[in-house]
Amino acid sequence: MTNNNEIIRNGLWGNNVALVQLLGLCPLLAVTSTVINGVGLGIATLITLVLSNTIVSLIRGFVRKEVRLPVFVLIIASVVTIIELGMKALFYDLYLVLGIFIPLIVTNCAIIGRAEGFASRNPVGPAALDGLVMGMGFLGVLALLGGLREIVGFGTLFANAHLMFGDAAKSLAIHVNPDYPGFLLAVLPPGAFFGLALLISAKNWLDLRPREKSATAEALVEGA
Amino acid sequence: MIAISRRQILISGLFLWLFAVVGTTLVALTEFGTSDAIAENERRVLLRNLYALLPRDRLDNDIATDTLELPPSTLLGTGQTSTAYRARLQGEPVAVIFNSVAPDGYNGRIHLLVGVYVDGSLAGVRVVRHAETPGLGDGIEIRKSSWITGFDGKSLTNPDASGWRVKRDGGEFDQLTGATITPRAVVAAVRNTLLYYRHNTDMIF
Repeated sequence: MTNNNEIIRNGLWGNNVALVQLLGLCPLLAVTSTVINGVGLGIATLITLVLSNTIVSLIRGFVRKEVRLPVFVLIIASVVTIIELGMKALFYDLYLVLGIFIPLIVTNCAIIGRAEGFASRNPVGPAALDGLVMGMGFLGVLALLGGLREIVGFGTLFANAHLMFGDAAKSLAIHVNPDYPGFLLAVLPPGAFFGLALLISAKNWLDLRPREKSATAEALVEGA
Repeated sequence: MIAISRRQILISGLFLWLFAVVGTTLVALTEFGTSDAIAENERRVLLRNLYALLPRDRLDNDIATDTLELPPSTLLGTGQTSTAYRARLQGEPVAVIFNSVAPDGYNGRIHLLVGVYVDGSLAGVRVVRHAETPGLGDGIEIRKSSWITGFDGKSLTNPDASGWRVKRDGGEFDQLTGATITPRAVVAAVRNTLLYYRHNTDMIF
């Protein structure tokens, strides 16, 4: 049916969860004040997507359609709770930062959207791949938006990396300009909306560019 | 209209039930497997917060377990029972650390740990949780500014009641640039905690 290349292209770019489907905006806008926060929630979402897509695809043969949505919700809620417990046990300091947003993954429509729209109609392999690349697309936007807001808002990058990767990662933190006074707007929620708007328009601009070129080329050919 | 037989309804219901059971079992097993590590992590963070207020050589008891449940109190700003941690050195009381709340922050409640020595002077104050404006009110966090250390060594008589205000209100405590409401709330909450300690010293040790 759908081939792997197409799945990958859709997940990362063409049908990107955050930039095109505009799903999961609540966690997206709430946690992206720094790169590390964005990456932390992105990884948790990615794992959830892969697991929920895989499980949904595995049971797609016997789920009766009247109860499929409650079943998907049950699966997603269980997976997220297990991830939350795992995070509390392994990355407690990061949990203290992101903790309140983890349960929000359950409400991320991207996950049930992929379960219903793709995983429940496709074999396990493509379903897991779809979860992986959709998750990566989402993670990429979270990290990018986090980076944008962190560098404009605080003048740093990768601050608090040690919360996720251990003390060795402390050296990752970059203070772009130590005297930077900070730009509050970027850190506050409006900054998230502005940042996302910029990213979406940048993507649309990139998408439209080649088409314009070929349109001009056609016009030239016609003219000649 | 599509007729759904009773049998189909039953099968769907059973299926849903089965998933609820499997899902709950998996979550319960994970909970069982991680609960020790999580409790250890919570304890580690708690100790880190408590030791930030009291030099380690001032106490030799297990402060995280030598606790006291305090009833709700307006002076502590607590609407529910809160935990106080008692520090002792060779059995003698040294200090007590309160969980208190400044109810009137700029953006909701500010949760504080307030350490008070037996003589009623402050060992120190730390903000545990708050939702104040980033870049303005969050200067009350120790990792953003040293403002909160201005409480160290203070007591109800140093300064006296009129001094327990931010400078803009005629008191002795600095406000933060661009934020007055937040420090005002914290100063009041710390003073109230000291009052609470004075009224309840006998009950605490």
